Formats: sequence, structure tokens, C-alpha cells
Amino acid sequence: MQDYEAVIGLEVHVQVKTRSKMFTRVASGYGFAENTLTDPVVLALPGTLPVMNRAALDAVVKAGLMLGCEIAPVCKWDRKNYFYPDSPKNYQISQYDQPICRGGSVEIELPGPARNVMGEHKRIPLTRIHLEEDVGKLNHFARDSLVDFNRAGTPLMEIVSEPAMHTADEAFAFLTALKTVMVYGGISDCDMEKGQLRCDANISVRPAGRAELGTKVELKNLNSISFVRDGIAHEIARQLAIVRAGGRIDQETRDFDGQTGASQSLRSKEQAHDYRYFPDPDLMPVKVDYAWKERLRATCPELPFEKQRRLQGQYQIPYTITSVLVPDRELSDYFEAAAELSGQPQAAGNWVVNDLLRELGHARLPLGECKVRPGDLAGLVRLVSSGTIGTPAAREVFAEMFRSGEKPEAIVERKGLKAAASSDELERWCRESVAGDPRAASEFRAGKESAINAFKGPVMRAAKGKANPKAVDETLRRILAQG
Amino acid sequence: MESKHHYETIAELAALLSGGKLSAVELAQGLIERRKAVDPAVRAFNSFDEADALAQARASDERRAAGRPLGPLDGIPIGLKDVIAVEGQPLTASSRMLANFVSPYDSTVARKLKDAGAVCWGRLNLDEFAMGSSTENSAFGATRNPWDLERVPGGSSGGSAAALAAGEACAALGSDTGGSIRQPAAFCGVVGLKPTYGLVSRYGLIAFASSLDQIGPFARTVGDAALVLGAIAGHDPLDSTSFRVDIPDYRSEIAKRRGPWRLGIPREYFGEGLDPEIGAAVEAAIRFYRNKGCEIKEVSLPHTRYGIGAYYIIATAECSSNLARFDGIRYGHRSKDAADAVDLYFRSRAEGFGAEVKRRIILGTYVLSSGYHDAYYLRAQKVRTLIRQDFLDAYREVDALITPTSPVLPFKAGEKADPLAMYLCDVYTIGVNLAGLPGISLPCGFSKSGLPIGLQLIGQPYREADLLAIAAAYEGAHEWHTRHPDLEASVAAWNAKNPGRAS
Repeated sequence: MQDYEAVIGLEVHVQVKTRSKMFTRVASGYGFAENTLTDPVVLALPGTLPVMNRAALDAVVKAGLMLGCEIAPVCKWDRKNYFYPDSPKNYQISQYDQPICRGGSVEIELPGPARNVMGEHKRIPLTRIHLEEDVGKLNHFARDSLVDFNRAGTPLMEIVSEPAMHTADEAFAFLTALKTVMVYGGISDCDMEKGQLRCDANISVRPAGRAELGTKVELKNLNSISFVRDGIAHEIARQLAIVRAGGRIDQETRDFDGQTGASQSLRSKEQAHDYRYFPDPDLMPVKVDYAWKERLRATCPELPFEKQRRLQGQYQIPYTITSVLVPDRELSDYFEAAAELSGQPQAAGNWVVNDLLRELGHARLPLGECKVRPGDLAGLVRLVSSGTIGTPAAREVFAEMFRSGEKPEAIVERKGLKAAASSDELERWCRESVAGDPRAASEFRAGKESAINAFKGPVMRAAKGKANPKAVDETLRRILAQG
Repeated sequence: MESKHHYETIAELAALLSGGKLSAVELAQGLIERRKAVDPAVRAFNSFDEADALAQARASDERRAAGRPLGPLDGIPIGLKDVIAVEGQPLTASSRMLANFVSPYDSTVARKLKDAGAVCWGRLNLDEFAMGSSTENSAFGATRNPWDLERVPGGSSGGSAAALAAGEACAALGSDTGGSIRQPAAFCGVVGLKPTYGLVSRYGLIAFASSLDQIGPFARTVGDAALVLGAIAGHDPLDSTSFRVDIPDYRSEIAKRRGPWRLGIPREYFGEGLDPEIGAAVEAAIRFYRNKGCEIKEVSLPHTRYGIGAYYIIATAECSSNLARFDGIRYGHRSKDAADAVDLYFRSRAEGFGAEVKRRIILGTYVLSSGYHDAYYLRAQKVRTLIRQDFLDAYREVDALITPTSPVLPFKAGEKADPLAMYLCDVYTIGVNLAGLPGISLPCGFSKSGLPIGLQLIGQPYREADLLAIAAAYEGAHEWHTRHPDLEASVAAWNAKNPGRAS
């Protein structure tokens, strides 16, 4: 049987996080009462004119710099003409032949052989990134449709990849990586539920090894990252079934329904729009000079995968921890602060990835509202490592820190959790424990290291948990060595 | 028709107002009476909010009484073409599409006029969406030329020019995309200035062709035009195409500039199709400047003949996109019997737009279409660059150009039924728009039949002060601008013929 390969290119729309809209002063936002984020410009009242929001251009140039794109020397605006009720001017101000960014790439990580093993990394090249304005939203009812123009005019980036992906997993990894970069750069929150990130996919199949592309199908309305994966997988399967049965793929636009997992044709090639692009005479081209670019370059953060490689090298922490930390810039910054302040990266990483994330999840809190600051967590780590408190006590302290925001030292003091046993008591408990299990003692002396654990339980019970584990270990070893 | 102030200049009225010899309310009431007497025949206004006008006049008088007048325009009634937004006033573009639209915001020029104390004086008729050269393409009825009510006032700002010539306003604002200020000024015997592209904000001007449109003043004299220009010019953060340039006191700049100037006569503007009476009047004006010591030089603008072609591609392309917003969804005319959204577009636009507007939208849509874009739109833009270069080349040798404003005298209503014949009326004015230059039309004589003739002076970018000074030199030595039509007689005759519509 002939072997086929799929070719996938993505067009990703990302809303740029700016205070005001792309071409007017009214606020940009989500979740406001219908048609309150409007003004004469947004509603395209007769006589109104657009004025470019410089912050939006800054954001897309920054995104381009982070993704290694070439930045155009001039930002030029074009009109894309088409009629639709959600489009107030019935043209969209966009960029046609001179996108602000060209080239560049997104580094992706494919799924590894297991969850805790790093997968293969590769770079997906980009064709272009351009800036445009979002449209409003139609709400359909039984008889009428109503338009909400709150979204209209929101700055929107369109990121177009090369047709360089071959599996749904790659597309999924691309979107995930792209989203992380956008969030890192503060360019967008990329919340797909709020429509801040939207994705269309161009998919074709061809006999494996052939260079030219097959006929593409555009898949629209992939409005969650998992729908992107499902929709692409479904479309590849649909096309493969057709070509394997000797059929031909029609060039068309299809709509994927994530709920039913099925797609249907929206329009064929013949019904494609003629957008009648021409330069927008209401807007002057804007020069993006060297100084402008350098000013933005200085604001670009370390990229996520670069950070992951650095954390692994610098702190010697494993993939299982970095893969949790790195997708969240704030969380990884939090970790780094706690690691530096405590001097114990591994322990700090464990606390962040296990305890902190679990508590945040239970409390449904964002990290920004967490009462435990990195310095406090570092303090807790030090209390444990110095032997001041044991692990069970530390968990209790952490829970209290999370609730009240109190300093760990203060909690230990207040609750009397300090490993309270005097050295005399400890010495006595340890001797009793060793004496109570001569078999384990001889095993240990014969070289069975783990046999020492048999003595620790009784000591801890005697100490009611307030013995310092490190001191217990040391004392037991001294007694056992004495014979 | 008793008001004795309706043909006085702003300069004269400002002196009366500041001297306490006249109140803004008296001036307004006089003009309201005049308007009631003549406008049923002239039809310069689409609408007039008398209460609002009087309230503005009263506010002006109060400022003056309190010793805080805002300047020479305080209390002066200035009409606005019904394509320039004034908050709370109708904004119709003389189209059924916007018949019931009231602007919720002020254009920048309206705000500036208000800041200068001027009284925003009614909504002036135009060719629908400023597309036309006769003000016959108005959904609410044609404006008539006060010099001959059988004839057109020119267009598209015909209402602005006619209101001034009929003594119904002290000045007016129009917009000029291909001659829409200068040609009606010539037809109505008043001064009309189209400023350099970017000098006056377009915010609040309903766009016809964004890269060509420019707002400018109509006035009785060059000095009055300078005064109004000074009030409305200047950079506007709401218009990305407005230019950052210092605005001088144009009137005092005029006084400082006495010439002599080097003036160019572009030979392409004196060829076939020019009415001989207009040619003779312009020749006489050229002689005036020569006798005054100006160096007169024949120059060539070799790409002139491609101007109309390029203009009707660029202007229609832009208008096809600019007018897309009139869809019946958010405001404006909405068809009552639409089946769905697409049907709503078709019906609302079919019902809302007049024939000329539809013709231009269709033409503009065509020239931007895939496969035709490069052959038409792109090529027209190249021609435009060459036309601008022609002017800039000429300005290496001369300070300004002298031409007729229009090749023809005001024609009779209905005379130019062929759209192409109408388009050719713009032959001397569109180059100025394509090149983004300032141009002024001022009265330079009358035909034997008593119709006004306009002289066009074309200046260099952002050098309105020079252009106005050159115009003022001519005006100061002639009396054409002091003549007024005998409207009492013609309105009485018109009323007799149209008894149902007399006021």
C-alpha cells in the first residue's frame, strides 16, 4: 500500500493584551456588558478615522523578536474588504503584502516516551506575523441575530506557520509552545475560552517522499487546543480514506465541531472571497527603526525552552520538575527565587511542584495571590535541612503558611514544633531502639545500609515526632558503630 | 429680505460685534429672515436648527458681555456641508442612506469652530456623498445657483457656495476631493480654498476618497477665508494623515507678503474645451499680475491629461471601501423587507444610495478586484506620483500657478446628463487633489450673461500664506467679489412660478 504523509500549516490568531483598542482610545477587554467597549470609531460612525495604537505594534514587534523573525522597516496597513455584520466598517484593517514580521520559528517539544521523559525538540518555521483588528461577535437567536462590538477593534496578531508539521501531535505541541512564548512575553494571555487564541489549520496529504503539496483543506473553528489535535487527526484520517480509495481532495474550507468530532464543508474554492486589498489611505506607514527594535529587544524575556535547559544545568533539577515549572513563567521565577534563597534547588523544586501547586489547586488561587512568598518557602526549606524540624512538621508548617501567610520560623516557634528532644533523651531512645532489635543491628553492621531504618520508627514514636531526623540518624550510626 | 448684514464680510461683522453696534443674536436673526426668504428657491440647506443657532448666538453675546469674546469669529454664523459631523445635528451626506442620522459626535473642524465662538449654521446641501459637480445628485433636491436659479451652483459643495452667494451665511465649510470647493466657489462667485492635504483634520468628515478629501473654507473675501482657515487648520491626533505644522496668523502673513511673485501658466490648462469667456477673464488676471511686476512663465504639467483617468480610479476605489460601512446594520437606512443578512445589505444599499454613488462603488469595486488591481489601481497610483512630480518640477521655477477653475460656466440644471461630461468639469481641479496641493478659487469676472468666473491659483505644499497673499493682491485691485446676485427679483419670479413651495 502507498504510504502517505500529512502536511499541516497553522494560522493562529492571538489577541494582543493592550489597554485600548487597535485604532482608537476605547478600552479593550473581555466580559463586559454588550456594546459598552465602543466609541464612534469602533462603531464606524460616518466620518471617524483610525489612529494606530503604538503599544500593539510594540507587542507584535516584541513577539517577532522573541520568535527570531525579521522585522519589517516599515509597518504598513491595508484594507481587507468583505461584508459581514460583525465587521463595523465592512473592511478590516490588516497587513497584506508587507507583514511586520517575516520568518522566525517556534521551538516545540513532542510527547516523550513517558510523561516524565523529555520528548524530541524541533523548530517549526514561521512564514509571517501580521497585526490587524478583531471583529465583533454575532449572537444568534430564534429570529434575530444581535451583534456585540466589544471585541471589535481589539488588536489581533495573525501568526502563520510554514506547512511544516506532519502530525496532530506536532500541531498541538506548536500551539502549546507558541502560547507559552506569548504569555512569557506578556503579549497575550492566550485564553482560548475567551477567544484570545484561535486557530485555523491548512491540511493536505501527499504520497510520502513527494515534494509538492497536495490539495489543502482549511479547517476552521478549532477553538480549544485539544480540538486542534482532534480536528487535525480527524481531517488527516478523512483525507487518507479518500486518497486511499482513489478519490481526490477538493479545495474547501471545513468547519470542525469539537463536540461531535465531525466536520462539514463551509465553502468551496469557487466561493472564496476576493478581499480587494489596498493600502489604507487613512493610516500612514510607521517606521520601525533600529532604536525602536532595540528598546523592545531589551524587554524580551528568556524563552521557555532556553529557561528549561538553563534550570536543568544550573540547578541540577530533573525534567519532571522543570517540565512543570517552565510552562508557567511566574512559577519558574518563583522557584528560582526560592532556590537561590534556600541554596537547595532540589528541595525547593519539590516543594513548589508538589506542595505549592497542590495547595493552589485546592484553593483555586493564582500564584500571584499566594501568601507564601519565595523567601518564606526558602526559610522552610532551611528549617528542614538544618534539622530544626522534620518533614511531617514541615508539612504542617507549610499548610499554616499557606493559610495565614505567617513566617515559617514564627509558626515553628508558636506551635512548639522545633525538634524538641534533648540530646540525652535522644541518646537514650536510640540505645533502647538498637538494643530492641539486635538482628537489624547485626545486619547493618554486616553492610546492609537500609537496616538502619528499622531503628528510626521506634525513636520517632518515643519522641512523638519532635526528634530531628538528621540527629536521629547520626546518633544511631554512632551507637551502631560502637558495637 | 431686510437684513442689511447678509453680504458683509467677517472682518466687517467682527468690527460691528466687538464695537457693540451689532449683537450675534441680531446678526443671526437677520440671516434667519434672509434664509427664510431665499432658501425655498436656492435650497442651499438640507436642514436648519433655528433654536440651536440662536442659542449659540446668545452664548456668544454672553461671552462678549462678560468681556471674554473668543476672537474674530465669535458670533459669526458659519454653515457646514452636510458631510461634516456636528454633535446633535443631522449628518445626511444628502443621501437617503443617512436621512435620519444624527451625529453623536463633533468633527474636529466643528469643535474648532465652536472653540473660536463661531455659530454652526445649518446643514448645507451637496451631491450625495460629495460625488458630483452640480449638487443635483442630492436625495433631498438640487441646490440652485443664486446668480441664475435655472443653473447649478457647482458641486459637490454647492450648498456651501450658494448659501454664501445668497447671503444666507457669513462663511461656510466644504470638502474638496476633486474640485468640490473650488468649482462651486467659481460657479457662485465666492472665494473657496482647498488646503494642502493634511493641513485640516478630516476627523468627522464623511469620507469619499480618503487620500484626496480635504475640508476648506468658503468666504466672501480672501481675508475671510484666511481667518476661517486659521481656525480649522492644525494637527489633530484623531487624524493620522494630519500634518504637524505650525499654523500662522494667515491674515497678518498676507499683509506681510507683497510679491512680486514668479507665476506659472500651465499650458495644458488652456487647451480645447475652455470657454473663451473664461479664458479671456483668466488672461486678464495674468496681465494684472504681469503689470504688478510678477514674472509670468509658461510651464508644462505633461501628465495632466492622465489626471481624470487616474482620479476616477483612485477616488472610486477608496469610495467603494469607505462606503461599505453603510450597510443598514448599525445605523442609517435599513430595508424593511430583508430575508437575511445578505439580503439586508443588498436591499438597504439599493434603496439607500443614489445612481451616481452606486456607479462609483461599482467602478471602485471593479478596479480593486483580483486580476485588475495592478492594471488599474496600481497604475493610477503611479500616474498620481508623476502628476505630483509635474507640479514639484514646476515649483522649481515658479511660486504658484494660475489657471481657470472650471472650463465651463455654470450650466443649466439637467444639462449634463452624461456622467462623463460631468466628470470633465473637474479637469482643472483634480490635479491639485492628486498632488495634495493647496488651491484657491476667487472671482475674476463675469460672463456677458452675468455668470461668475473663477480664477484658480495653485500653491506649494503647506504654503497657504503665500497662496492667500497672491490671491489677496488680485482681490484688492478688483471689485468682482463685491457684486451680488439680484436675488430679490429672481426669487420673486421663482416664487411666482412655484407657488406651492414659496415661504
